[in-house]
Amino acid sequence: MTPLPRWADVVLLPLLNVTLAFLVGGLIVLSVGQNPLQAVGIMLYGAFGYGSGFGYTLYYTTDFIFAGLAVSLAYHAGLFNIGPEGQAYVGGLGVILIGLALNGMHWALVFPLMIICGAMFGAAWAFIPGYLQAKRGSHVVITTIMFNFIAVSMMGFIISRILKPEGVNSDESAPLEAITRVPQLRGFIELFRNSPVNLTFFLAIAALFFVYWLIWRTKFGYSVRALGNNPVAANYAGISNQKMIMIIMALAGAFAAMVAVNNVGGVQGRLILNFVNGAGFVGIAVAFMGKGHPIGVGLSALLFGMLYQGGQELAFQMPGITREMIVTIQALVILFTGAMGDMMRGPLSRMFFQPDAAAGDK
Amino acid sequence: MTGLNPTNEQRSSGAAASALAIELVGINKHFGPVHANKDIHLAVKRGTVHGIVGENGAGKSTLMSILYGFYTADSGTILVDGVAHEITDSRHALALGIGMVHQHFMLVDNFTVLENVVLGAEDSALLTPTLNRARGHLKDLARDYGLDIDPDAIVGNLSVGQQQRVEILKALYRGAETLILDEPTGVLTPAEADHLFRILGKLRAEGKTIILITHKLREIMAITDEVSVMRQGEMVETLPTADTSPEHLAELMVGRRVLLRVEKGAAKPGKVLLEVENLVVTDDFGTPRVKGVNFQVRAGEIVGIAGVAGNGQSELLESIAGMRDQKSGTIRVNGNPLSLEGDDGAARARKAGLAHVPEDRLRMGLITNFAAWENAILGYQGKYGDGPALDIAKARATAQDYMKKFDVRPAALDLKTANFSGGNQQKLVLAREMERDPDVLVVGQPTRGVDIGAIEFIHNQIIKMRDAGKAILLVSVELDEIRSLSDRILVIFDGQIVGEADPATADETELGLRMTGSHTDNVVTEPGTLPEHETPVQQTLVEMSPKDNSGRDTN
Repeated sequence: MTPLPRWADVVLLPLLNVTLAFLVGGLIVLSVGQNPLQAVGIMLYGAFGYGSGFGYTLYYTTDFIFAGLAVSLAYHAGLFNIGPEGQAYVGGLGVILIGLALNGMHWALVFPLMIICGAMFGAAWAFIPGYLQAKRGSHVVITTIMFNFIAVSMMGFIISRILKPEGVNSDESAPLEAITRVPQLRGFIELFRNSPVNLTFFLAIAALFFVYWLIWRTKFGYSVRALGNNPVAANYAGISNQKMIMIIMALAGAFAAMVAVNNVGGVQGRLILNFVNGAGFVGIAVAFMGKGHPIGVGLSALLFGMLYQGGQELAFQMPGITREMIVTIQALVILFTGAMGDMMRGPLSRMFFQPDAAAGDK
Repeated sequence: MTGLNPTNEQRSSGAAASALAIELVGINKHFGPVHANKDIHLAVKRGTVHGIVGENGAGKSTLMSILYGFYTADSGTILVDGVAHEITDSRHALALGIGMVHQHFMLVDNFTVLENVVLGAEDSALLTPTLNRARGHLKDLARDYGLDIDPDAIVGNLSVGQQQRVEILKALYRGAETLILDEPTGVLTPAEADHLFRILGKLRAEGKTIILITHKLREIMAITDEVSVMRQGEMVETLPTADTSPEHLAELMVGRRVLLRVEKGAAKPGKVLLEVENLVVTDDFGTPRVKGVNFQVRAGEIVGIAGVAGNGQSELLESIAGMRDQKSGTIRVNGNPLSLEGDDGAARARKAGLAHVPEDRLRMGLITNFAAWENAILGYQGKYGDGPALDIAKARATAQDYMKKFDVRPAALDLKTANFSGGNQQKLVLAREMERDPDVLVVGQPTRGVDIGAIEFIHNQIIKMRDAGKAILLVSVELDEIRSLSDRILVIFDGQIVGEADPATADETELGLRMTGSHTDNVVTEPGTLPEHETPVQQTLVEMSPKDNSGRDTN
């Protein structure tokens, strides 16, 4: 099959897929007797239409960018990291430990340390599957899934048995003082009042640029892509496959852990049981829809942020549309952009190249 | 519809009228801006072997794909047995009695031969009747054409040559009268190729028509009745094989005179640059493949390793290049032993002054998804830029330089490497490995799947390296190549060096026998040239009973 021009591959195809997902989603909304156009309107308004909604969208987007990058980074090395959920969860431990240790200090000091400490915890958690893959050949797909479960149990124990202060009923750690928390943007920008978006959002944007530079502009990134495209050729090129796998997995875990900075440091101010709440898994869809490229990851993270925030708004405003239906629509987006992402490639390719071949005859 | 009687009505209608099995008239095919077939006329006589030669990209495969129904021609007519047909897909082609044996086999590895043969041509939902009938049919085919093969063998366990026979059987079972073979000997050992040609001879004697696509002129001369030459999408000439010569065909293919013999002066060996001592290497499953090998390569000489594929050459090459842990033994480059611990030994080998052109450029030497400039620095990526950042401008400049010096076409830095022809990919690899001025160059299959024009160029570059005082170790399954390039030939069999020969005096038959481990007397041409720790040939041959090697070269 003739490859599509780059712009069609990068822009037109994803757009077409998202449109298809919404069309099918619209049919489902229609089938329960609701007005799909109205639903889309509410969704868009809820996500972008007013300050607080937009703030929430950006807050979710922040999570999804980090989780998406955690999957993308590993993907460039040919590894399928399904573990950002667990990596973010364990990263939360690092964030809260440094936060509690320095509780009461100014955020300008604590924020960088939260990033570093969280990154170290997330990296350590992801390093173990990386090590097992590199040295023992245990497949990271399997081990990272299992490590998500281990993280849930381990963190559940740590939170409810160790971190939970006396006299608190819910499973959560002691809170951070206001001055120690990552500042939310509503403190500076009136538009974002009542929304949790915080400084970590800018960290996410910076991370997108950093990953682009790392993957396409450094020797390390060259080696990562060599490994991901052809491990035998990477070995031929003197690149240690084992070292690369361990490094890239640790790095992916560090990025996943930034989800915890956003949530634990920036919003809750404490470590709450199961705070990641699926953001890590959404990262997988984000990475695949964005084809591992930071621009794509940024845009698809925004799309999913919109689906999350707009979807909640929709469930609230249109009682006929349940929470499950919104999950269905999100699933449709994942289905059409991820699993069936290449479905429209054939027809599109024919549309592009039929006239060309005819022209060649003249 | 069954596989057994493919619509005889369709086929026999014009059979009496035409002595031509296949006739192509005015075939045109474009791929975007590329005019792959330009007004091609081709007439293939029934009961003959018709060769089609041409460089990579000349349009041979496109033409055959049109005949086999993979592509539809933009214009032109296909006549089968004198009757015009619009061949819409390969099923249709099969119904017309046209079968194809692809370069890369289309077999299910974990099915038996019988199951593979009937796959897609089952009579009914129940498999047993089909299999029983096919078993009898296969027996007939085996008897008629010498296509002996155990119908119950698992295809994955067969040698490449045997798998190819299964492909031929598949086509014949489906009633093929005309067989298209695309580069059939590319993957075969010389003995297997001979066997294939005997089969083709029998098929021809039984009235089948064979179209043989190849770039090996010796094969054309040996087996074909007529030969058609294609160049840049055009049919240059069709002529009886008896009226031509390899030199003439090469000239027609390339469009200029080509030297088939390599011209080189005498070697002036200097000091030892590469030294291999008692090297033992195991494969990925722990089976020893190199069993105690000793040799030296001096500055300014080319040492060729001759052997049937699968006798340890690949492991030897990879081990020297630092890609495979040695079990025991020493490799010295420039007198310094290589430490090959860990899985980045290749980087250390390079640092020591060794460059490696791998046997399989697509699997190992290149990353096909990378742009050309990215592949031009593969293995040397650390040398581009001082800090963590990759000096892309420098890398691109280097790539441009390589492409110019080695005439890589198109000289497009950003073109995906997969989109270059085999010869141009190989030139890119050679440029990368040669231009870094290594002391030792190890080269595997330098011209595999490469056009005649490019072969000449590559051979000359290797000679140039030698004359510049580099030590070159050459591994090739092409005996001709080994003989014409090497200053010394080492014969490898079953992981051991079983002899050394002088290419000027070595006899091809003797070399061939030695490569298969079946030579029984000592024919080392210059006994004095053997290193003293070399296993004596006599002893080696007594230890080794002639054994069947056919199952091991499946890669």
